[in-house]
Amino acid sequence: MSSHSTYDMLRHLADSWGLLAMLVVFLVLVAWPFRPGNRHRNDEAATMIFKDENDG
Amino acid sequence: MVTVLARAGLWLVVLFLAVIGVALAADGGFAIHMTIVALAALLAVWFTVRSADYTAIARGILKMPDQGKYDDDPIRWGIIATVFWGVVGFGAGVFIAAQLAWPALNLEPYLNFSRLRPLHTSAVIFAFGGNALIATSFYVVQRTCRARLALPGLARFVFWGYQLFIVLAATGYVLGISQGKEYAEPEWYVDWWLTIVWVCYLAVFVMTIVKRSEPHIYVANWFYLSFIITVAMLHVVNNLDVPVSFVGSKSYPLFGGVQGALVQWWYGHNAVGFFLTAGFLAMMYYFVPKQAERPVYSYRLSIIHFWSLIFLYIWAGPHHLHYTALPDWAQTLGMVFSIMLWMPSWGGMINGLMTLNGAWDKIRTDPIIRMMVMALAFYGMSTFEGPMMSVKTVNSLSHYTNWTIGHVHSGALGWNGMITFGAVYYLVPRLWGRERLYSVRMVNWHFWCATIGIVFYAASMWVAGITQGLMWREYGADGYLVNTFADAVAAIHPMYIARTFGGLLYLLGGAFMVVNVWQTIAGKLRAEAPLHNAAYDPEADKPIVAAAAVH
Repeated sequence: MSSHSTYDMLRHLADSWGLLAMLVVFLVLVAWPFRPGNRHRNDEAATMIFKDENDG
Repeated sequence: MVTVLARAGLWLVVLFLAVIGVALAADGGFAIHMTIVALAALLAVWFTVRSADYTAIARGILKMPDQGKYDDDPIRWGIIATVFWGVVGFGAGVFIAAQLAWPALNLEPYLNFSRLRPLHTSAVIFAFGGNALIATSFYVVQRTCRARLALPGLARFVFWGYQLFIVLAATGYVLGISQGKEYAEPEWYVDWWLTIVWVCYLAVFVMTIVKRSEPHIYVANWFYLSFIITVAMLHVVNNLDVPVSFVGSKSYPLFGGVQGALVQWWYGHNAVGFFLTAGFLAMMYYFVPKQAERPVYSYRLSIIHFWSLIFLYIWAGPHHLHYTALPDWAQTLGMVFSIMLWMPSWGGMINGLMTLNGAWDKIRTDPIIRMMVMALAFYGMSTFEGPMMSVKTVNSLSHYTNWTIGHVHSGALGWNGMITFGAVYYLVPRLWGRERLYSVRMVNWHFWCATIGIVFYAASMWVAGITQGLMWREYGADGYLVNTFADAVAAIHPMYIARTFGGLLYLLGGAFMVVNVWQTIAGKLRAEAPLHNAAYDPEADKPIVAAAAVH
């Protein structure tokens, strides 16, 4: 494959399937903390740094 | 015994190679650098095969308590290094600011502006900021994972290896050894060394997370991990160089022309995004809730803005190359992503500030919280200013002017500096087992010196930058430029002096920190009135009953 056609292939991949895949991955990651029943887990994660006051 | 021999052998090989490097050096700078490496390797051999327990001796001198539940020795060294390099970096900054105001201070050739400027930026970003990040990440990862550092020997190598990197970089600049790439000035062999150190850092951090006894990985660790991984990637790609000689200090980059410029600013902006933002946000997500004694405002928001920063920051670099040979679409792409970055940045700021929801009185009573809040306020301001400056029309006025310098410093002095000071003040009494800091009032003095210093700095650079931008673009009726370059320099001279004064105030604040940390480590307590003494009068503490409301 010539360097120009490699460039052309990558460029078209980047603004079609590549872009779509990135967007989907991003949306899934952002939606993850909102899945049902997660409020409790989030609260637990947020307060876990106070569990023991022993700073070593 | 076998491991001791293997380690000593490894250092002997390094020593041997360094001595060969000195003997065959193609230039004087390389010979000096290899001498430094040889001395470092010699010290490493000595400490590896030692019969005395030097760690215990150092612990005595630095008044460090014995090791507890967690492996805190490298963190204590890291905090001392942070304070030391911080003051060195601020001092270098004040000096180069004075050089711009009074050019006679340029002491040729070793101490002129062009050699000391990268010394200043590397000292504050990599030495001060880097040591703070390494030390706090080791502290936070152990506490939030409830596990001791996985690879204690390697953690110590990371600390000392990083100091060697700093010394090689700094001496190189003074000797005139530089790649000439902003924030990536160290030459090829220093880059290789940093790569080794950084991979070891990643190993220590990841293996500690792997051995954790806490099921959830706290969000601060996500930020630290993204910082370590991304900086590794950026550093390697931007430093793909071909050395002229393997015993010389000069190299040429693999990428040339506009591609090279784009790689450099892809690196440069993500150094801001992942070193100075993600890493320091990690500090924020642990130390602000701990100091405020309240959980982070929204754990969900922390995850959303984490992924948004990761997905957006990496594309913003081209805004450093507006109106250059870079294709127009790439410039626009960089601008659009920079503007989108505004939201996740403010997500982090809001999450940090709102953590104080219901505890706002702490700003009045606790100068450490005050510092952290000021850090978040400057984070918000500079992440609003940045996207605005990345807009092409604004950039046509601001680019190449001192406005950029002002913007960088409101982020670096305000956000990175203040949050680091807050973390240092949080850590020192805990790490040395002291009841409290030597002086809480001194933290307050530091706070005000630093804040007023930043105001002088940012305000003078705004005025200077806009003056330059307007003077450079002013055309007369005849179609010629009205001002010469030197006219613009003369016009901003008073601003340079005001900036130097601001930097001096910031350095003075740093001096208060040195005294405070020093005395806290020495175990002294300053006799002082508590900061908060608002009297409570139960008699007066009742609602006023309005006459009309009584029927």
